[in-house]
Amino acid sequence: MTSLKSVVESLLFVADTPLTLDRLCSILEEHDRQEISAAVAELLAEYGEMTRGIYLAEVAGGWQLRSLPENADYLRRLNRCRPFRFSNSSLETLAIVAYRQPITRAEVEYLRGVDSGGVLKTLLEKKMVRILGKKDIPGRPLIYGTSREFLEAFNLKDLASLPTLKEVQELTSRDLLEQQEELPLPGLSEQGRVD
Amino acid sequence: MTVVSPADIILFPDSYQTVYTIRTDSFEGPFDLLLHLIKKNEVDIYNIPIAAITRQYLDYLDVMQELNLDIAGDFLVMASTLIQIKSRMLLPLPVDEESGEDEGEDPRAELVRRLLEYQKYREAAVSLAQRELLGRDTFIRDFKAPELAEIEPVLEPLEVELFDLIEAFRRILSTVPEQTFHEVGAEGLSIADRINELLLLLQGTEAAVFENLFIGSATREQVIITFLAILELCRLNMVRLTQAGSFGSIWVIPTLLNAAADAVTEEDLDRDFA
Repeated sequence: MTSLKSVVESLLFVADTPLTLDRLCSILEEHDRQEISAAVAELLAEYGEMTRGIYLAEVAGGWQLRSLPENADYLRRLNRCRPFRFSNSSLETLAIVAYRQPITRAEVEYLRGVDSGGVLKTLLEKKMVRILGKKDIPGRPLIYGTSREFLEAFNLKDLASLPTLKEVQELTSRDLLEQQEELPLPGLSEQGRVD
Repeated sequence: MTVVSPADIILFPDSYQTVYTIRTDSFEGPFDLLLHLIKKNEVDIYNIPIAAITRQYLDYLDVMQELNLDIAGDFLVMASTLIQIKSRMLLPLPVDEESGEDEGEDPRAELVRRLLEYQKYREAAVSLAQRELLGRDTFIRDFKAPELAEIEPVLEPLEVELFDLIEAFRRILSTVPEQTFHEVGAEGLSIADRINELLLLLQGTEAAVFENLFIGSATREQVIITFLAILELCRLNMVRLTQAGSFGSIWVIPTLLNAAADAVTEEDLDRDFA
């Protein structure tokens, strides 16, 4: 007799996308939601204590077994690939879409001050952003938002767990100073933040 | 790096050499370049010396031109914005006669707001890049880096080639017995009628097999009218024809019917990226 916990673990191991509680419940229909939820919680606690090469991540509203980030170098050798990278312009655009969605292309371009059609198209192709619909203004421009794949790629539980822009500023102003000492930011790091 | 008092800063020496050291490939846009110039010259973002910054900005554009780089229009727009701000700063501010106070805000205010806003998102981008990135820092079992798009292999339906469509039509037509007798009669079915029939047929369905739309088209005339009706629906963007792989069956997918007028079509995309 296998325990529900081991069934859930097997499902998480084999699934190719994060499994949500809803999904687990529909697969394990003979168990009730609370049981399943408790089994996941137990697994989370156990993986948290273990010093193994995989951990149970909470991403995109579900759970997924992932390799430890500390081992990334070795895994890249296994996959024989260059580290996956986003260009600065796509990261910038992605950040704007993530924090300001739903957003039109024109609004993205206003914020970036530069044409962003190509970048948006690439992000659409990479499935990092998706089209949410059309805005009810003249011209009915498309509105964009981030996708589930975006949450998966950036290890985010949901959109609410994006760092707030304020946290971002505290985090990165320090990093910027560390990285490029020749460019201190007078007036920017202390008083420059209006929002 | 030597520390100089703000009054002694020689802003922007005019020589090209100094400008030449700017990392020409790393600016994402005019805001990025402006922020770089502001930081490099250690000036207060709330009190930007517009004339000096503009000169250096234009020098930078010159360098880009010398390097035969394409200067994006956005950089030129910013140049003219800077010059406009400078000229507005040279004009005396209109004074409100009753209160005696200056009217209007600093001409630089909007630019500063946008620069700060932009900076906020640029920093957000940096912090995004520092996260544990799937395919870079953390991996999942079947993850095929770096093709992020392949997390979920989707069977992409192909757009139908014209040749395949004609081939399918010819196949259907060949199943209809050729009538050897001459028939005189009123014109049976118009394309418009057939379109309406097809729309009724497609309503509520996600897709229909191309061949199935010809069920009930007993004569060659009817087959041809049905085919023309499908072509017309295509032209009106009311259906999309896709094929599940080469030589697969052709599917007729209603677009406007299911999602009403809000369906996103390829044309919308093209227009948005035009």
